[in-house]
Amino acid sequence: MKALLVYRHRFPTRLSHWVTVLCVPILVLSGFQIFNAHPALYWGERSDGERAVLAMRAERTPRGTLKGITHVFGRDFDTTGVLGASRDGALGIQDRGFPNWATLPGHQWLAMGRRWHFFFAWAFVLNGLAFAGYAVLGGHLSRDLMPSGPELRAIGRALRDHLLFRFHHGAAADRYNVLQKLAYASIIFVAAPLLVLTGLAMSPRVDAAIPALPAVFGGRQSARTLHFLLTLGLIAFTAVHLFMVLVTGFWNNVRSMILGWYRLSSGGPDEDSSAT
Amino acid sequence: MKIQVRLDRRQFARRSLQLAALCLLAGCNRLSRSPSVAALLESAEGLTRRVQRALRPRRSMAREFTEADRSPVFPGNGTTSPEDADYQALAASGFAAWRLEVDGLVERPARLSLGDLRRLPSRTQITRHDCVEGWSAIAKWTGVPLRTILDQVGVGPRARYVVFHCADSMDGTGDRYYESIDFDDALHPQTILAYEINDRPLPIEYGAPLRLRVERQLGYKMAKYVMRVELVETFAAFGRGKGGYWEDRGYEWYAGI
Repeated sequence: MKALLVYRHRFPTRLSHWVTVLCVPILVLSGFQIFNAHPALYWGERSDGERAVLAMRAERTPRGTLKGITHVFGRDFDTTGVLGASRDGALGIQDRGFPNWATLPGHQWLAMGRRWHFFFAWAFVLNGLAFAGYAVLGGHLSRDLMPSGPELRAIGRALRDHLLFRFHHGAAADRYNVLQKLAYASIIFVAAPLLVLTGLAMSPRVDAAIPALPAVFGGRQSARTLHFLLTLGLIAFTAVHLFMVLVTGFWNNVRSMILGWYRLSSGGPDEDSSAT
Repeated sequence: MKIQVRLDRRQFARRSLQLAALCLLAGCNRLSRSPSVAALLESAEGLTRRVQRALRPRRSMAREFTEADRSPVFPGNGTTSPEDADYQALAASGFAAWRLEVDGLVERPARLSLGDLRRLPSRTQITRHDCVEGWSAIAKWTGVPLRTILDQVGVGPRARYVVFHCADSMDGTGDRYYESIDFDDALHPQTILAYEINDRPLPIEYGAPLRLRVERQLGYKMAKYVMRVELVETFAAFGRGKGGYWEDRGYEWYAGI
Protein backbone atom coordinates (compact mmCIF):
# COMPACT_ATOMS: atom_id res chain seq x y z
CA MET A 1 0.00 0.00 0.00
CA LYS A 2 1.29 3.43 -0.90
CA ALA A 3 1.30 6.15 1.67
CA LEU A 4 1.13 9.80 0.89
CA LEU A 5 2.52 12.39 3.27
CA VAL A 6 0.64 15.66 3.47
CA TYR A 7 1.64 18.76 5.40
CA ARG A 8 -1.37 18.97 7.70
CA HIS A 9 -0.40 21.28 10.58
CA ARG A 10 1.56 24.46 10.10
CA PHE A 11 4.15 25.59 12.60
CA PRO A 12 2.05 28.16 14.54
CA THR A 13 -0.68 25.54 15.02
CA ARG A 14 1.80 22.96 16.27
CA LEU A 15 3.58 25.38 18.60
CA SER A 16 0.38 26.72 20.15
CA HIS A 17 -0.97 23.17 20.47
CA TRP A 18 1.98 22.06 22.58
CA VAL A 19 2.03 25.23 24.67
CA THR A 20 -1.62 24.46 25.40
CA VAL A 21 -0.70 20.88 26.29
CA LEU A 22 1.74 22.29 28.85
CA CYS A 23 -0.65 24.92 30.22
CA VAL A 24 -3.94 23.05 30.53
CA PRO A 25 -2.90 20.24 32.91
CA ILE A 26 -1.11 22.75 35.15
CA LEU A 27 -4.11 25.09 35.09
CA VAL A 28 -6.56 22.29 35.86
CA LEU A 29 -4.52 20.78 38.69
CA SER A 30 -3.66 24.13 40.28
CA GLY A 31 -7.30 25.14 39.75
CA PHE A 32 -8.43 22.17 41.83
CA GLN A 33 -5.89 23.22 44.47
CA ILE A 34 -7.52 26.67 44.58
CA PHE A 35 -11.01 25.14 44.57
CA ASN A 36 -10.03 23.01 47.57
CA ALA A 37 -9.54 26.12 49.72
CA HIS A 38 -13.34 26.47 49.64
CA PRO A 39 -14.74 23.33 47.98
CA ALA A 40 -18.22 24.64 47.29
CA LEU A 41 -19.97 26.41 44.41
CA TYR A 42 -22.84 28.90 44.41
CA TRP A 43 -25.00 30.99 42.10
CA GLY A 44 -25.09 34.79 42.37
CA GLU A 45 -22.72 37.27 44.01
CA ARG A 46 -22.51 35.69 47.46
CA SER A 47 -21.55 32.34 48.92
CA ASP A 48 -24.23 31.74 51.55
CA GLY A 49 -23.34 28.41 53.11
CA GLU A 50 -26.79 26.83 52.96
CA ARG A 51 -27.27 27.73 49.29
CA ALA A 52 -24.35 25.84 47.78
CA VAL A 53 -25.23 24.05 44.53
CA LEU A 54 -22.22 21.81 45.02
CA ALA A 55 -20.17 21.25 48.17
CA MET A 56 -17.59 18.70 49.24
CA ARG A 57 -17.09 18.03 52.92
CA ALA A 58 -15.77 15.45 55.35
CA GLU A 59 -17.82 14.01 58.21
CA ARG A 60 -16.65 11.90 61.10
CA THR A 61 -18.41 8.55 61.30
CA PRO A 62 -19.33 6.92 64.65
CA ARG A 63 -16.28 4.69 64.17
CA GLY A 64 -14.05 7.76 64.11
CA THR A 65 -13.10 7.55 60.45
CA LEU A 66 -13.68 10.34 57.94
CA LYS A 67 -16.37 10.05 55.32
CA GLY A 68 -16.22 12.19 52.16
CA ILE A 69 -19.54 13.67 51.10
CA THR A 70 -20.35 15.48 47.88
CA HIS A 71 -23.50 17.55 47.98
CA VAL A 72 -25.02 18.28 44.55
CA PHE A 73 -28.31 20.15 44.09
CA GLY A 74 -29.62 19.18 47.51
CA ARG A 75 -28.50 15.55 47.50
CA ASP A 76 -25.59 13.99 49.38
CA PHE A 77 -23.37 11.31 47.86
CA ASP A 78 -20.74 9.26 49.64
CA THR A 79 -17.52 9.96 47.72
CA THR A 80 -15.01 8.83 50.35
CA GLY A 81 -11.53 8.31 48.95
CA VAL A 82 -12.01 10.68 46.03
CA LEU A 83 -14.05 13.80 46.86
CA GLY A 84 -14.52 15.36 50.30
CA ALA A 85 -12.11 13.05 52.10
CA SER A 86 -9.19 11.18 50.61
CA ARG A 87 -5.83 9.65 51.47
CA ASP A 88 -2.99 12.05 52.20
CA GLY A 89 0.12 9.85 52.37
CA ALA A 90 1.02 8.73 55.88
CA LEU A 91 -1.66 10.99 57.39
CA GLY A 92 -4.37 8.62 56.17
CA ILE A 93 -7.80 9.87 55.10
CA GLN A 94 -7.94 13.65 55.37
CA ASP A 95 -10.49 16.39 54.79
CA ARG A 96 -9.88 17.37 51.12
CA GLY A 97 -12.12 18.54 48.28
CA PHE A 98 -10.24 16.99 45.39
CA PRO A 99 -7.70 14.30 46.29
CA ASN A 100 -3.98 15.04 46.36
CA TRP A 101 -3.34 13.33 43.03
CA ALA A 102 -5.65 15.84 41.33
CA THR A 103 -4.09 18.99 42.76
CA LEU A 104 -0.92 20.98 42.19
CA PRO A 105 0.94 21.08 44.54
CA GLY A 106 -0.12 17.62 45.73
CA HIS A 107 -1.22 18.71 49.20
CA GLN A 108 -2.96 21.75 50.68
CA TRP A 109 -0.88 24.74 49.55
CA LEU A 110 -3.16 27.48 48.24
CA ALA A 111 -0.45 30.15 47.84
CA MET A 112 1.65 27.96 45.53
CA GLY A 113 -1.44 26.77 43.65
CA ARG A 114 -2.26 30.40 42.88
CA ARG A 115 1.32 31.06 41.71
CA TRP A 116 1.17 28.16 39.26
CA HIS A 117 -2.32 29.08 38.13
CA PHE A 118 -1.70 32.74 37.37
CA PHE A 119 1.68 32.23 35.70
CA PHE A 120 0.28 29.60 33.34
CA ALA A 121 -2.93 31.56 32.90
CA TRP A 122 -0.79 34.29 31.36
CA ALA A 123 0.98 31.73 29.15
CA PHE A 124 -2.42 30.31 28.14
CA VAL A 125 -3.86 33.75 27.36
CA LEU A 126 -0.87 35.03 25.39
CA ASN A 127 -0.61 31.75 23.48
CA GLY A 128 -4.34 31.84 22.77
CA LEU A 129 -4.25 35.43 21.57
CA ALA A 130 -1.29 34.71 19.31
CA PHE A 131 -3.00 31.63 17.87
CA ALA A 132 -6.33 33.40 17.41
CA GLY A 133 -4.55 36.25 15.60
CA TYR A 134 -2.78 33.76 13.34
CA ALA A 135 -5.95 31.74 12.71
CA VAL A 136 -8.10 34.75 11.86
CA LEU A 137 -5.58 36.77 9.86
CA GLY A 138 -3.75 33.83 8.30
CA GLY A 139 -6.91 32.18 7.03
CA HIS A 140 -6.60 29.03 9.19
CA LEU A 141 -9.98 29.76 10.75
CA SER A 142 -11.91 30.22 7.51
CA ARG A 143 -9.95 27.59 5.56
CA ASP A 144 -9.71 24.77 8.11
CA LEU A 145 -11.83 25.41 11.19
CA MET A 146 -15.18 26.87 10.11
CA PRO A 147 -17.52 24.14 8.88
CA SER A 148 -19.19 24.87 5.54
CA GLY A 149 -22.92 24.71 4.89
CA PRO A 150 -22.81 21.35 3.08
CA GLU A 151 -20.61 19.95 5.85
CA LEU A 152 -23.11 21.02 8.49
CA ARG A 153 -25.97 19.48 6.53
CA ALA A 154 -24.07 16.19 6.39
CA ILE A 155 -23.39 16.19 10.11
CA GLY A 156 -25.73 13.26 10.78
CA ARG A 157 -23.69 10.99 8.56
CA ALA A 158 -20.40 12.18 10.11
CA LEU A 159 -21.80 11.50 13.55
CA ARG A 160 -22.93 7.99 12.54
CA ASP A 161 -19.54 7.21 11.02
CA HIS A 162 -17.79 8.29 14.19
CA LEU A 163 -20.06 6.30 16.47
CA LEU A 164 -19.46 3.22 14.28
CA PHE A 165 -15.70 3.89 14.39
CA ARG A 166 -15.58 4.35 10.62
CA PHE A 167 -12.81 6.90 10.22
CA HIS A 168 -11.47 8.29 7.01
CA HIS A 169 -7.79 7.84 6.47
CA GLY A 170 -7.68 8.48 2.76
CA ALA A 171 -7.66 11.78 0.93
CA ALA A 172 -10.48 13.18 3.11
CA ALA A 173 -8.22 13.00 6.17
CA ASP A 174 -5.96 15.80 5.00
CA ARG A 175 -8.69 18.12 6.25
CA TYR A 176 -10.63 18.16 9.49
CA ASN A 177 -14.06 16.59 9.29
CA VAL A 178 -17.11 18.54 10.38
CA LEU A 179 -17.12 17.13 13.92
CA GLN A 180 -13.47 18.00 14.38
CA LYS A 181 -14.08 21.50 13.06
CA LEU A 182 -16.98 22.07 15.42
CA ALA A 183 -15.09 20.64 18.40
CA TYR A 184 -11.88 22.58 17.78
CA ALA A 185 -13.56 25.85 16.86
CA SER A 186 -15.86 25.77 19.89
CA ILE A 187 -13.02 24.92 22.28
CA ILE A 188 -10.70 27.58 20.85
CA PHE A 189 -13.17 30.38 20.18
CA VAL A 190 -15.89 29.75 22.79
CA ALA A 191 -14.78 27.62 25.74
CA ALA A 192 -11.25 28.98 26.13
CA PRO A 193 -12.28 32.67 26.04
CA LEU A 194 -15.12 31.92 28.46
CA LEU A 195 -12.71 30.17 30.80
CA VAL A 196 -10.48 33.24 30.82
CA LEU A 197 -13.39 35.68 31.23
CA THR A 198 -15.05 33.73 34.05
CA GLY A 199 -11.63 33.59 35.71
CA LEU A 200 -11.16 37.33 35.37
CA ALA A 201 -14.69 37.92 36.70
CA MET A 202 -13.46 36.55 40.04
CA SER A 203 -10.85 39.32 40.29
CA PRO A 204 -12.05 42.19 42.49
CA ARG A 205 -9.91 44.68 40.59
CA VAL A 206 -11.22 43.60 37.19
CA ASP A 207 -14.77 43.67 38.58
CA ALA A 208 -14.24 47.28 39.66
CA ALA A 209 -12.82 48.22 36.26
CA ILE A 210 -15.41 46.32 34.19
CA PRO A 211 -18.60 45.89 36.26
CA ALA A 212 -20.39 44.34 33.26
CA LEU A 213 -18.09 41.33 33.31
CA PRO A 214 -19.27 39.67 36.56
CA ALA A 215 -22.79 40.89 35.76
CA VAL A 216 -23.08 38.93 32.50
CA PHE A 217 -22.16 35.75 34.36
CA GLY A 218 -24.71 36.45 37.11
CA GLY A 219 -22.23 37.50 39.81
CA ARG A 220 -18.80 36.54 41.10
CA GLN A 221 -19.86 33.22 42.59
CA SER A 222 -21.74 32.29 39.40
CA ALA A 223 -18.59 33.10 37.45
CA ARG A 224 -16.66 30.78 39.76
CA THR A 225 -19.23 28.02 39.18
CA LEU A 226 -19.11 28.53 35.40
CA HIS A 227 -15.29 28.53 35.49
CA PHE A 228 -15.51 25.13 37.21
CA LEU A 229 -18.09 23.72 34.78
CA LEU A 230 -16.10 24.93 31.77
CA THR A 231 -13.07 23.18 33.26
CA LEU A 232 -15.05 19.94 33.44
CA GLY A 233 -16.04 20.51 29.81
CA LEU A 234 -12.40 21.03 28.86
CA ILE A 235 -11.45 17.80 30.64
CA ALA A 236 -14.22 15.95 28.79
CA PHE A 237 -13.05 17.39 25.47
CA THR A 238 -9.47 16.36 26.25
CA ALA A 239 -10.56 12.83 27.12
CA VAL A 240 -12.46 12.42 23.84
CA HIS A 241 -9.64 14.11 21.92
CA LEU A 242 -7.01 11.75 23.38
CA PHE A 243 -9.26 8.77 22.68
CA MET A 244 -9.68 9.82 19.06
CA VAL A 245 -5.92 10.41 18.73
CA LEU A 246 -5.36 6.87 19.98
CA VAL A 247 -7.92 5.13 17.80
CA THR A 248 -7.22 6.98 14.55
CA GLY A 249 -3.51 6.23 14.39
CA PHE A 250 -1.61 7.45 17.42
CA TRP A 251 1.86 7.85 15.89
CA ASN A 252 0.58 9.35 12.67
CA ASN A 253 -1.40 11.92 14.67
CA VAL A 254 1.43 12.71 17.06
CA ARG A 255 3.95 13.00 14.25
CA SER A 256 1.72 15.35 12.32
CA MET A 257 1.33 17.55 15.40
CA ILE A 258 5.10 17.58 15.99
CA LEU A 259 6.50 17.68 12.43
CA GLY A 260 3.44 18.69 10.48
CA TRP A 261 3.40 15.67 8.16
CA TYR A 262 0.41 13.36 8.18
CA ARG A 263 0.34 10.09 6.30
CA LEU A 264 -2.69 9.49 4.14
CA SER A 265 -3.38 6.00 3.00
CA SER A 266 -4.57 5.48 -0.56
CA GLY A 267 -7.29 3.08 -1.54
CA GLY A 268 -10.67 2.13 -0.18
CA PRO A 269 -12.01 2.12 3.33
CA ASP A 270 -10.92 -1.46 4.00
CA GLU A 271 -7.32 -0.65 3.45
CA ASP A 272 -7.83 2.48 5.49
CA SER A 273 -8.50 0.69 8.71
CA SER A 274 -5.21 -1.16 8.51
CA ALA A 275 -3.39 2.15 8.63
CA THR A 276 -4.13 2.44 12.31
CA MET B 1 0.55 -10.63 14.87
CA LYS B 2 -0.59 -7.34 13.50
CA ILE B 3 -3.23 -7.03 16.20
CA GLN B 4 -0.61 -7.81 18.82
CA VAL B 5 1.61 -5.00 17.54
CA ARG B 6 -1.29 -2.63 17.51
CA LEU B 7 -2.21 -3.50 21.09
CA ASP B 8 1.38 -3.07 22.20
CA ARG B 9 1.49 0.30 20.56
CA ARG B 10 -1.72 1.39 22.21
CA GLN B 11 -0.56 0.10 25.55
CA PHE B 12 2.71 1.91 25.05
CA ALA B 13 0.92 5.11 24.17
CA ARG B 14 -1.33 4.80 27.21
CA ARG B 15 1.61 4.03 29.48
CA SER B 16 3.52 7.00 28.05
CA LEU B 17 0.62 9.29 28.82
CA GLN B 18 0.30 7.94 32.35
CA LEU B 19 4.01 8.34 32.89
CA ALA B 20 3.92 11.88 31.50
CA ALA B 21 1.08 12.76 33.88
CA LEU B 22 2.97 11.32 36.84
CA CYS B 23 6.16 13.14 35.83
CA LEU B 24 4.19 16.35 35.49
CA LEU B 25 2.75 16.01 38.98
CA ALA B 26 5.92 14.85 40.69
CA GLY B 27 7.97 17.36 38.72
CA CYS B 28 5.69 20.27 39.51
CA ASN B 29 5.64 19.31 43.18
CA ARG B 30 9.40 19.31 43.31
CA LEU B 31 9.56 22.51 41.27
CA SER B 32 7.20 24.18 43.78
CA ARG B 33 9.99 23.88 46.36
CA SER B 34 12.69 25.34 44.14
CA PRO B 35 13.37 29.03 44.90
CA SER B 36 14.21 29.87 41.29
CA VAL B 37 11.00 28.31 39.98
CA ALA B 38 9.00 30.05 42.69
CA ALA B 39 10.65 33.33 41.65
CA LEU B 40 9.76 32.66 38.01
CA LEU B 41 6.14 31.91 38.88
CA GLU B 42 6.00 35.01 41.08
CA SER B 43 7.07 37.16 38.14
CA ALA B 44 3.48 36.88 36.84
CA GLU B 45 2.31 39.01 39.78
CA GLY B 46 3.99 42.18 38.48
CA LEU B 47 2.46 41.63 35.04
CA THR B 48 -0.99 41.10 36.55
CA ARG B 49 -0.68 44.23 38.69
CA ARG B 50 0.44 46.45 35.82
CA VAL B 51 -2.14 45.17 33.34
CA GLN B 52 -5.03 45.24 35.81
CA ARG B 53 -4.20 48.75 36.94
CA ALA B 54 -3.75 49.98 33.37
CA LEU B 55 -7.20 48.60 32.55
CA ARG B 56 -8.83 51.56 34.24
CA PRO B 57 -6.44 53.40 36.45
CA ARG B 58 -7.00 54.77 39.93
CA ARG B 59 -10.61 55.79 40.10
CA SER B 60 -12.50 52.67 39.11
CA MET B 61 -14.91 51.92 41.92
CA ALA B 62 -15.85 48.55 43.35
CA ARG B 63 -19.55 47.87 42.88
CA GLU B 64 -21.74 49.03 45.77
CA PHE B 65 -24.78 46.95 46.61
CA THR B 66 -28.13 47.55 48.30
CA GLU B 67 -29.09 46.70 51.88
CA ALA B 68 -31.07 43.72 50.57
CA ASP B 69 -27.97 42.25 48.93
CA ARG B 70 -26.17 41.80 52.25
CA SER B 71 -25.13 38.34 53.41
CA PRO B 72 -27.33 36.91 56.18
CA VAL B 73 -24.12 35.86 57.94
CA PHE B 74 -20.78 37.51 57.28
CA PRO B 75 -18.00 34.97 57.93
CA GLY B 76 -15.51 35.99 60.61
CA ASN B 77 -12.31 34.79 58.99
CA GLY B 78 -8.67 34.82 60.09
CA THR B 79 -8.27 35.91 63.71
CA THR B 80 -11.68 36.25 65.34
CA SER B 81 -10.58 36.75 68.93
CA PRO B 82 -7.02 37.98 69.56
CA GLU B 83 -5.51 36.37 72.63
CA ASP B 84 -2.89 39.07 73.16
CA ALA B 85 -3.10 40.47 76.70
CA ASP B 86 -2.65 44.08 75.60
CA TYR B 87 -5.52 43.75 73.14
CA GLN B 88 -7.76 42.04 75.67
CA ALA B 89 -7.11 44.85 78.15
CA LEU B 90 -8.18 47.40 75.54
CA ALA B 91 -11.25 45.35 74.64
CA ALA B 92 -12.24 45.04 78.32
CA SER B 93 -12.50 48.83 78.58
CA GLY B 94 -14.49 49.11 75.36
CA PHE B 95 -11.39 50.45 73.58
CA ALA B 96 -11.55 53.69 75.59
CA ALA B 97 -7.76 53.69 75.94
CA TRP B 98 -7.17 52.60 72.35
CA ARG B 99 -5.38 55.11 70.10
CA LEU B 100 -4.58 54.81 66.42
CA GLU B 101 -0.97 55.82 65.88
CA VAL B 102 -0.27 57.44 62.53
CA ASP B 103 3.43 57.95 61.99
CA GLY B 104 6.45 57.12 59.86
CA LEU B 105 7.11 59.34 56.85
CA VAL B 106 4.46 61.90 57.74
CA GLU B 107 4.74 65.58 58.52
CA ARG B 108 2.57 65.59 61.65
CA PRO B 109 2.32 62.23 63.46
CA ALA B 110 -1.03 61.74 65.17
CA ARG B 111 -2.70 59.66 67.87
CA LEU B 112 -6.42 59.32 67.27
CA SER B 113 -9.07 57.95 69.60
CA LEU B 114 -12.23 56.26 68.34
CA GLY B 115 -14.05 59.50 69.15
CA ASP B 116 -11.58 61.47 67.02
CA LEU B 117 -12.18 59.09 64.12
CA ARG B 118 -15.96 59.24 64.49
CA ARG B 119 -15.82 63.04 64.37
CA LEU B 120 -14.13 62.95 60.95
CA PRO B 121 -16.28 62.80 57.81
CA SER B 122 -17.32 59.20 57.27
CA ARG B 123 -18.11 57.02 54.28
CA THR B 124 -20.59 54.13 54.19
CA GLN B 125 -20.40 51.47 51.50
CA ILE B 126 -22.09 48.12 50.90
CA THR B 127 -19.47 46.02 49.18
CA ARG B 128 -18.57 42.46 48.35
CA HIS B 129 -15.73 40.92 50.31
CA ASP B 130 -13.80 38.36 48.25
CA CYS B 131 -11.67 35.90 50.17
CA VAL B 132 -8.56 34.33 48.65
CA GLU B 133 -10.18 30.99 49.51
CA GLY B 134 -12.94 31.68 47.00
CA TRP B 135 -16.00 32.74 49.00
CA SER B 136 -17.74 36.14 48.82
CA ALA B 137 -19.90 37.97 51.33
CA ILE B 138 -21.60 41.36 51.25
CA ALA B 139 -21.77 43.78 54.17
CA LYS B 140 -22.18 47.47 54.93
CA TRP B 141 -19.09 49.23 56.22
CA THR B 142 -18.77 52.68 57.77
CA GLY B 143 -15.49 54.40 58.51
CA VAL B 144 -13.06 57.19 57.77
CA PRO B 145 -11.54 57.34 54.30
CA LEU B 146 -7.83 56.64 54.72
CA ARG B 147 -7.20 59.63 52.49
CA THR B 148 -8.77 61.96 55.07
CA ILE B 149 -6.31 60.78 57.71
CA LEU B 150 -3.37 60.94 55.31
CA ASP B 151 -4.30 64.52 54.36
CA GLN B 152 -4.47 65.41 58.03
CA VAL B 153 -1.01 64.06 58.90
CA GLY B 154 0.64 65.13 55.64
CA VAL B 155 2.33 62.47 53.49
CA GLY B 156 6.10 62.83 53.42
CA PRO B 157 7.77 63.05 50.01
CA ARG B 158 9.56 59.70 50.36
CA ALA B 159 6.52 57.70 51.46
CA ARG B 160 5.56 54.93 49.03
CA TYR B 161 3.58 52.46 51.12
CA VAL B 162 1.11 52.53 53.97
CA VAL B 163 1.74 49.76 56.51
CA PHE B 164 -0.97 48.63 58.94
CA HIS B 165 0.24 47.13 62.21
CA CYS B 166 -2.32 44.95 63.96
CA ALA B 167 -2.96 43.72 67.49
CA ASP B 168 -3.42 40.03 66.72
CA SER B 169 -0.60 37.51 67.02
CA MET B 170 -0.79 34.76 64.45
CA ASP B 171 -0.13 31.04 65.18
CA GLY B 172 2.44 30.29 67.86
CA THR B 173 5.24 32.46 66.51
CA GLY B 174 4.07 35.69 68.08
CA ASP B 175 4.24 37.41 64.67
CA ARG B 176 1.51 39.99 64.63
CA TYR B 177 -0.64 40.51 61.56
CA TYR B 178 0.39 43.36 59.30
CA GLU B 179 -0.42 44.50 55.80
CA SER B 180 0.66 47.15 53.32
CA ILE B 181 -0.82 48.93 50.32
CA ASP B 182 0.52 51.59 47.99
CA PHE B 183 -1.03 54.96 47.17
CA ASP B 184 -3.00 53.58 44.23
CA ASP B 185 -5.28 52.04 46.83
CA ALA B 186 -4.49 54.23 49.86
CA LEU B 187 -5.93 57.34 48.17
CA HIS B 188 -8.91 55.52 46.63
CA PRO B 189 -12.24 56.84 47.91
CA GLN B 190 -13.47 53.38 48.93
CA THR B 191 -10.37 52.64 51.03
CA ILE B 192 -11.62 53.29 54.54
CA LEU B 193 -10.71 52.50 58.13
CA ALA B 194 -14.01 51.01 59.20
CA TYR B 195 -15.42 51.18 62.73
CA GLU B 196 -18.91 49.89 61.91
CA ILE B 197 -20.35 46.86 60.15
CA ASN B 198 -24.05 46.81 59.25
CA ASP B 199 -24.72 49.94 61.34
CA ARG B 200 -23.24 48.66 64.61
CA PRO B 201 -19.80 49.12 66.14
CA LEU B 202 -17.37 46.60 64.74
CA PRO B 203 -17.51 43.44 66.91
CA ILE B 204 -14.25 41.76 67.87
CA GLU B 205 -14.93 38.99 65.36
CA TYR B 206 -14.68 41.49 62.49
CA GLY B 207 -11.65 43.42 63.76
CA ALA B 208 -12.71 45.82 66.56
CA PRO B 209 -12.15 48.62 67.00
CA LEU B 210 -10.88 49.43 63.50
CA ARG B 211 -10.26 47.47 60.31
CA LEU B 212 -9.10 48.35 56.85
CA ARG B 213 -11.31 48.02 53.75
CA VAL B 214 -9.50 47.86 50.38
CA GLU B 215 -12.41 47.02 48.13
CA ARG B 216 -10.50 46.22 44.94
CA GLN B 217 -8.32 43.56 46.54
CA LEU B 218 -8.83 40.25 48.34
CA GLY B 219 -9.80 39.91 51.99
CA TYR B 220 -6.37 39.26 53.42
CA LYS B 221 -5.29 42.81 52.50
CA MET B 222 -8.02 44.19 54.80
CA ALA B 223 -6.19 44.11 58.10
CA LYS B 224 -8.31 43.78 61.27
CA TYR B 225 -7.45 45.12 64.78
CA VAL B 226 -5.45 48.02 63.29
CA MET B 227 -3.28 49.72 65.93
CA ARG B 228 -0.87 51.77 63.90
CA VAL B 229 -0.64 53.22 60.41
CA GLU B 230 2.94 53.76 59.33
CA LEU B 231 4.08 55.41 56.11
CA VAL B 232 7.29 53.94 54.72
CA GLU B 233 9.50 53.99 51.68
CA THR B 234 9.96 50.21 51.73
CA PHE B 235 8.40 47.40 53.73
CA ALA B 236 11.55 45.25 53.66
CA ALA B 237 12.13 45.72 57.39
CA PHE B 238 8.83 44.21 58.51
CA GLY B 239 8.25 40.51 59.08
CA ARG B 240 10.00 38.58 56.33
CA GLY B 241 10.00 41.62 54.09
CA LYS B 242 7.16 40.77 51.70
CA GLY B 243 4.73 43.43 52.91
CA GLY B 244 2.26 41.40 54.94
CA TYR B 245 1.68 38.39 57.14
CA TRP B 246 0.28 36.24 54.32
CA GLU B 247 2.66 37.73 51.76
CA ASP B 248 5.49 36.47 53.99
CA ARG B 249 3.92 33.03 53.58
CA GLY B 250 3.80 32.99 49.79
CA TYR B 251 0.67 34.96 48.91
CA GLU B 252 0.81 37.82 46.42
CA TRP B 253 1.36 41.36 47.67
CA TYR B 254 -0.90 42.52 44.84
CA ALA B 255 -4.15 40.75 45.64
CA GLY B 256 -6.33 42.21 42.89
CA ILE B 257 -7.06 38.72 41.56
